[in-house]
Amino acid sequence: MTIDIVMPQLGESVTEGTISRWLKKPGDPVEEYEPICEVETDKVNTEIPSLYNGVMGQILAKEGQAIAVGEIICQLEIANETHFEVTNKEAQLTQVKETNLSDDTTSMKHRYSPAVLRLAEENKIDLRTLSGSGKGGRITRKDVLKAVETKSTKSVEPAKQQVITPVENTKKESQTFPSEILVEDKVVPVSGIRRTIAERMVKSKTEIPHAWTMMEADVSGLVALRNKYKHEFASNGIPLTFMPFFIKAAVDTLREFPYVNSIWGRDKIILKKDINISVAIAADNGLYVPVIHQADEKNIFGIARSLQHLIHKTRNGSLGLADTQGGTFTVNNTGSFGSIASQPIINQPQVAILSFESIVKKPVVIEDMIAIRQRMNLCLSLDHRVLDGVTAGQFLGRVKERLETYQANTPL
Amino acid sequence: MPVISYIDAITEAMRDEMERDKSVFILGEDVGVRGGVFRATNGLIDLYGEDRVLDTPLTESAIVGVGIGAAAYGLRPIAEIQFADFIMPAVNQIISEAAKMRYRSNGTFQCPMVIRAPYGGGIHGALYHSQSVEALFTGVPGLKIVAPSTPYDVKGLLLSSIRDNDPVLFFEHKKLYRLIKDEVPSESYTVPIGKADVKREGSDVTVITYGLMVHYTLEAAKKLEEEGIDVHVLDLRTLIPLDKEAVLEATKRTGKVLIVHEDNKTSGFGAEVAAVIAEEAFFDLDAPIGRLCSPDVPSMPYNSKLEKAFMLNPEKIATAIRELAEL
Repeated sequence: MTIDIVMPQLGESVTEGTISRWLKKPGDPVEEYEPICEVETDKVNTEIPSLYNGVMGQILAKEGQAIAVGEIICQLEIANETHFEVTNKEAQLTQVKETNLSDDTTSMKHRYSPAVLRLAEENKIDLRTLSGSGKGGRITRKDVLKAVETKSTKSVEPAKQQVITPVENTKKESQTFPSEILVEDKVVPVSGIRRTIAERMVKSKTEIPHAWTMMEADVSGLVALRNKYKHEFASNGIPLTFMPFFIKAAVDTLREFPYVNSIWGRDKIILKKDINISVAIAADNGLYVPVIHQADEKNIFGIARSLQHLIHKTRNGSLGLADTQGGTFTVNNTGSFGSIASQPIINQPQVAILSFESIVKKPVVIEDMIAIRQRMNLCLSLDHRVLDGVTAGQFLGRVKERLETYQANTPL
Repeated sequence: MPVISYIDAITEAMRDEMERDKSVFILGEDVGVRGGVFRATNGLIDLYGEDRVLDTPLTESAIVGVGIGAAAYGLRPIAEIQFADFIMPAVNQIISEAAKMRYRSNGTFQCPMVIRAPYGGGIHGALYHSQSVEALFTGVPGLKIVAPSTPYDVKGLLLSSIRDNDPVLFFEHKKLYRLIKDEVPSESYTVPIGKADVKREGSDVTVITYGLMVHYTLEAAKKLEEEGIDVHVLDLRTLIPLDKEAVLEATKRTGKVLIVHEDNKTSGFGAEVAAVIAEEAFFDLDAPIGRLCSPDVPSMPYNSKLEKAFMLNPEKIATAIRELAEL
């Protein structure tokens, strides 16, 4: 029996996934729960496991090809006995599977009759765009003839033809820049992750009216505190960077400003109960934004440990889907590479993103005296649809205050 | 235009042609004084005398053999086999002599003979009065095989067959004899051999059939029309030579073909029709070619329940069409 394997829904806002690598070739034996391919979506690599024992059939999706959720990516040949074995094993689960299997909708959709294939070819009809009226969703000769008829009507009215052009295409085309490639130029193909980043950045930057503000904080106390504890943390296997303090300061302040921890929902603003902090982490092949979930329930040590865990997973490419979902606010440690000011792009559907810049020793005036202090810029990009300057300013001011209250003797 | 029965149309055709052409004569069992067991030759002996309407012994091989000789001599015999089931003793004459006459004499002799044979069941005729025997002959080159379904077609085709210069096996479904009445012109006319006829225009499923099944299919089509299924019905009328053009055209109309015949399925004439479609209209097919036929059992049962189970009927045909339509 042939089973169609479809692109699964890999997250709430995910509409398509890119097959980054096939782990099985046609003819390879596949065991239940064994991964058959790797898929890149939403900045994450995940593996798609097989739900059946069987043999890999035809592969329909190429590596690097973006596939809409629910589209068939490959087929799996399974023995009927295998199926029954499963049935006995997990009665309830199989019931669901059984209905799926006996559901003709999937089994006949891609069984094309000679007449259907010929008509589609002659009239240049993409059969994947048709829905079948036949038994089990089969596309009948009449369905194709109807499509031919509609097509010819449409070509008469060019205005309507645009409707059938997938939005995806127009969008992509507008991003292709015709540029001259010289002989010595090197052409690098855009990877799946790079394309995802590009699309998300364009979407965020074009949809969200970004506003930006910056404050300078005195973190001399924090520097002293961190220096005091970093050896103790290191001996426990956890490197203590400034990041856990920054995250803690942001988290505590988000409690006070629920609108900064919200999501824009067009006709509503959703104030999120959980505070899940997305952390921008650079890897060799791109930028990842894994999430520290329920960060408000963690202390400095807990945050440091979560952070180390995520960095480790990012660097070795083992981030799971759950690791990247549900973020409500993003922090970005741009200071780590020496930046002193940045204008981050908001991580949709969140409404603000906060960058912590380099800590720099500076002469500053304190009570009419000049002192040398550790100073750091805090940069906040905000969605001006949700947040106004006042809220954003107050929020940023409170983060600054929190960072400045740390002293060498603050208990951790 | 007078409305007459299928059998009256046959009688009319023979009477007209005997009137027109003195070389036409009839021979068979009980065709003279009795006027035929089905009364197809009723009154002809009175019109044309016992020299032209010959009562023969119960010897089918002689009926056909004498006919072949007369045909070679230049006459136009109409040999009646009382029931198609009885044709077996004459098979040697038909296949070895009639079918090959023109070929083996290099055109010196021909065999302008019609062999009329009532066939088919559903009349409580049991084993030896119900068989369909057409498939025994459809693979024999040199024979023409006609099986009309309506009074109009039967008259026109019988006239064409009598006038044809080669042997024609003329199969009349005996249940049609008095079941079907139709408007038939009283004057002579011909329906060409080798031309099928669209009995109903439709766009969903094509049924290719002949004989009594044409009427059962039309009945089924009428019922299915209420369900929104539009059936195209092609009546082959002539099995050999097969009207391939019409078969392919009918196939293209819907892409879904059901072949229906009362003869049993294995090596029935439907197999040939299906093969032609598969060879020449594959890219017009939207579904596997379907065949609805009688079961492969030796003959029609006498028991009425079994006879009913054996015979096709409009319900069975409608079910098969519906399945194809929904595919």
